[in-house]
Amino acid sequence: MVSTTHEGRQTPAAPIAPSTAPLAIELRGISKAFGPVQANKDICISVRKGTIHGIIGENGAGKSTLMSILYGFYKADSGTVLINGKEVQITDSQAAIAAGIGMVFQHFKLVENFSVLENVVLGAEDGGLLMPSLGKARKLLKQLSDEYELSVDPDALIEDLSVGHQQRVEILKALYRQADILILDEPTGVLTPAEADHLFRILEGLKAQGKTIILITHKLREIMNVTDSVSVMRRGEMTATVSTADTSPEQLAELMVGRKVLLEVDKTPATPGAPILEVEKLTVVDSHGVTRVKGVDLTVRAGEILGIAGVAGNGQTELLEVLGGYQTGTGVIRVNGQELDLTGKASDGQSRRARGIAHVPEDRHDEGLILNFAAWENIVFGYHHDPEYQKNAWIMDNAKIKKIAHEKMERFDTRPLNEKLEAKSFSGGNQQKIVLAREIERNPDLLLIGQPTRGVDIGAIEFIHQQIVALRDQGKAILLVSVELDEIMALSDRIAVMFDGNIMGERLPSETNEQELGMLMAGINNGADATLSEGA
Amino acid sequence: MQAMPKWADAVLIPLISILLAFFFSGLTILAIGKDPVVAIQTMVQGAFGSTNGLGYTLYYTTNFIFTGLAIAVAYHARLFNIGGEGQVMLGGLGVALVCLAIDWPHWTLALPAAMVGGAVFGAAWAFIPAYLQAKRGSHIVITTMMFNFIASAFVGYILLNYLKVPGSMSTESAGFSAGAHLPTFHEMLAPFGINFNKNAPANISFLIALLAAFGFWVLIWKTRLGYEIRSFGESESAAKYAGINPVRITVIAMMISGALCGLMAINNVMGEAERLIDNAPEGAGFIGIAVALMGRNHPIGIVLAALLFGFLYQGGAELTFWEAIPRELIIVIQGLVIMFTGALDNMVRAPLEKLFLTLRKNKKGA
Amino acid sequence: MTLMKSFLGAAATLALTAGAAMADPAIIYDLGGKFDKSFNEAAYNGAERWAAETGGTYRDVELSSDAQREQALRRFAESGYNPIVMAGFSFATALEAVAADFPDTKFAIIDMVVDAPNVQSVVYSEHEGSYLVGVAAAYAAKGDTVSFIGGMDIPLISKFACGYAQGFKSVKPEGTVIVNMTGTTPAAWNDPVKGGELTRAQKSQGSEVVFAAAGGTGLGVLQTAADEDMLAIGVDSNQNYLQPGKVLTSMVKRVDNAVFEAFSQGTDLEPGFNVMGLANGGVSAAMDEFNAPLITEEMKMALAETEAKIISGEIVVHDYMSDSACPAY
Repeated sequence: MVSTTHEGRQTPAAPIAPSTAPLAIELRGISKAFGPVQANKDICISVRKGTIHGIIGENGAGKSTLMSILYGFYKADSGTVLINGKEVQITDSQAAIAAGIGMVFQHFKLVENFSVLENVVLGAEDGGLLMPSLGKARKLLKQLSDEYELSVDPDALIEDLSVGHQQRVEILKALYRQADILILDEPTGVLTPAEADHLFRILEGLKAQGKTIILITHKLREIMNVTDSVSVMRRGEMTATVSTADTSPEQLAELMVGRKVLLEVDKTPATPGAPILEVEKLTVVDSHGVTRVKGVDLTVRAGEILGIAGVAGNGQTELLEVLGGYQTGTGVIRVNGQELDLTGKASDGQSRRARGIAHVPEDRHDEGLILNFAAWENIVFGYHHDPEYQKNAWIMDNAKIKKIAHEKMERFDTRPLNEKLEAKSFSGGNQQKIVLAREIERNPDLLLIGQPTRGVDIGAIEFIHQQIVALRDQGKAILLVSVELDEIMALSDRIAVMFDGNIMGERLPSETNEQELGMLMAGINNGADATLSEGA
Repeated sequence: MQAMPKWADAVLIPLISILLAFFFSGLTILAIGKDPVVAIQTMVQGAFGSTNGLGYTLYYTTNFIFTGLAIAVAYHARLFNIGGEGQVMLGGLGVALVCLAIDWPHWTLALPAAMVGGAVFGAAWAFIPAYLQAKRGSHIVITTMMFNFIASAFVGYILLNYLKVPGSMSTESAGFSAGAHLPTFHEMLAPFGINFNKNAPANISFLIALLAAFGFWVLIWKTRLGYEIRSFGESESAAKYAGINPVRITVIAMMISGALCGLMAINNVMGEAERLIDNAPEGAGFIGIAVALMGRNHPIGIVLAALLFGFLYQGGAELTFWEAIPRELIIVIQGLVIMFTGALDNMVRAPLEKLFLTLRKNKKGA
Repeated sequence: MTLMKSFLGAAATLALTAGAAMADPAIIYDLGGKFDKSFNEAAYNGAERWAAETGGTYRDVELSSDAQREQALRRFAESGYNPIVMAGFSFATALEAVAADFPDTKFAIIDMVVDAPNVQSVVYSEHEGSYLVGVAAAYAAKGDTVSFIGGMDIPLISKFACGYAQGFKSVKPEGTVIVNMTGTTPAAWNDPVKGGELTRAQKSQGSEVVFAAAGGTGLGVLQTAADEDMLAIGVDSNQNYLQPGKVLTSMVKRVDNAVFEAFSQGTDLEPGFNVMGLANGGVSAAMDEFNAPLITEEMKMALAETEAKIISGEIVVHDYMSDSACPAY
């Protein structure tokens, strides 16, 4: 099944030395425009067989477009694709699969209430009867899981699996379709460090079997750890392709952004003051009746950043929602010593804002912004009742709002500096700046900030981090939630780790390391591999 | 950056869609053995060629402006109000009750009172599905649709048992007194020396409809309430984050929608029939959906789309009068217009966008 | 003013082109449409018969909204059609307004009285015909329960029901007549499914013969009655052929005759009040080859006797519409 023979070239048995191996994929002069936007411009890449090739670039640099072209979702305006030295026309995903390309998307394309086996077979059934396909798939799945540590229970329903396991199903799907070239788009975004390590072991195993892997990521550390070579994209162009061994994170960052980037956050030790936010025994049950937050206690003082680390979906979102006033909970929350209403009856997002709580939500597309609204409309979002923005009892003072929006956007270096543009037209980083401008400029006592740099380009990350630290230095309390451990480590004055609705422990950044936090994030204090054995 | 200039999006696409719809309508007319050119001439002349025809066209247009605006208000909150028909019916009841309640001395007194009556009844009828949606999660498409049937039965019952003139066969109320008769275009334009046909039903409600369209624009784009309605419609999760109460917005948006539907009754019940008849809306509540869709939920678009449908109604009537084209075919033509302008929007849009891109590229290249 | 001139000019052109068929008669059907197999279709048949026999041409139109009643009347009158016949009582309000504006045009309205010097009002003694078919139902039923299904709940339909009940009870005084109306809105004229359901319900209550006075709904009644092995009685047009052998008779309202007469008289149409009853053939119980096997000798004699008595005035059938009450139920 795992065919490594290609037109009689090379013996497939032994791992192939990257420098001499034939080219598995070659892209020549790929260009693609969406309207006036040139998403890809004359892209050339060569990836040798049996290597892991990284593609790195900021959001909107054109990585995903390029991969979509390779997988047949878009048609390139010009350029050719060569697979194993032969030119192929990838008109749709079926053609890509036929050419031996498998894709693991950032957002999994799995049927939630189907079993693993059914998902693997879906779309690749042999004939009208399902049973033979399922039997064949079951055998193959067993073989693959022995070979590559890809263990998944074939009869489990997708919805019952952890994200790490769901991702393995995606990989198995590709392998079942006899993919020789595997493309992974931001695969570690949803994984714990341990799960990510496991994934990389799987990739190494696949590579040893002669598979070619393309890894799209924005995490420099992953590129440095697992790839053989790396291509850097910026604004639709390929700025460099280098051997990983010959480069450094700093150089890659510079290639991505086009200028020198400070990867470390420059900050002085915190001088915490009085407690601003006190949370006691907070419990949150969501609309499905699932207890998401299970009796959390925490305190954030003036002038400090409390970072909450954890894999997505362990209660951080609900914690922020309760604090932000649009989720109900039980327990006690005090801000500046005054208790907040948690029943949702006497409070909402607006009353929280009145209490001096600003909130940069985790999901700026669904919550923080209204993408179809102009930037100026977004800059009053949530504060639109403020008398400052009204002409009279009913009519808003749109002209004044536009003026204010312009000033705020200017102070936050938002580009393009055009408040009349719709929010969706801004890049991720500039969208986040709009949200930050709105929330920080209100001069809150407490800033809730979730995933401040998700989908934000490196250049903007630097700016956003500086703004957060600057706010802290003004003596404000900041509750930071992030799944990026690097970010938590860099910004926090104290770190709390959340797992399954509980605070697993609090650490000082100076006295901990990624390994320890990673174990806490997985809900354990020893034996970091516990999550990996559960599916076996 | 947009693929197409705004004017192309707002004018060119609907225009091409309408032309396509007329082309296929022509084929249908040809298929039943009639001359499509004569048919179009009859329609245009019948709808715009005389003050009588124009009066009917504008009468229908008035109906559709009200219902189109109503559907659009709800749509800005992403609520699909399929219950316009029922809300118009209830609005008709409200208007009729007001008009029959006292012997109105003059229409200037009767009209504001009737407007309140129609709007309150329409809004009240929309309130129930809105509340069920907001508080109980009952899907508003289903409930509003069901409420059309309930409205029909309810108004029929009231008509039959309380409003009907005893001994009369028709399920209709007594005629309104002269003081509750609205001035028609004939009466309104006579002082200006314009002799508008006196039998055409277009009346002062048309101006009210235009005012409503302006009010709609202010509401949606200038007021805080409109801002909240649009926010809620664009993203419910974002609205919650911002502290916008979904229940409040759902209920208010639907009640405004219902009130606008109810207001339509000043045109058809008070202005035209001058009594309450059974099934008074005659589908205007449903046409409103198409009008809002075509008008891109913008008042200018809605007024234009309403005019188009007014033309189709009046022109269509002329076709059945003079060309012996069956009324079912008129519905086919209306259906084609709805299909091309609404449902098949992308069919025209995609190639047009491409065309504009190539044009732009060539310009750059040159 | 130039604008107005062009308007008027256009209107004149239109009137010229449209009015080419001067003094042709015209008919306007009610919202139900001309092929309703019932009232409107009877009117249509009358018009067609006139066209076939005289070789003349006429204009007809089906309406799609209430506002079009007056509009169609005016447009036809303006264009010189004469006489203009309206099928249905709903035209009364519109006609009252239009008749005065066109004193030289003759109008005929069926099922309604409009008092104007140029209007002929044709009304039918439906209660008499219904009485007759009630007698037929009493003879056809073995037991003592029959039923009635009306369309929309309006006095006119109660007039049918009441006549039917009186006829039935004249034979079986202790019998039961189940009366159901399909609905209270015009939709009740066109709901064959509900008609079928009502028929089934009445059958379960013991009804053996069902009289449907319900427009399109009646088609469902006839169909279901045939399926359920009941007898049905049709209305307005002769509907015996629809379910041969299963339709006892039809209470025929000769709407076609009224239209035929009006068209034949042309511009000389006699204004006034025209009551069409058993005596002048306006209503009758239809007999043809389709229901012949169902009509017993005894029934035939009874029907003939009843008809004679009604015509002679010996039997006075109560008209529900005279006092909104019915002595028979």
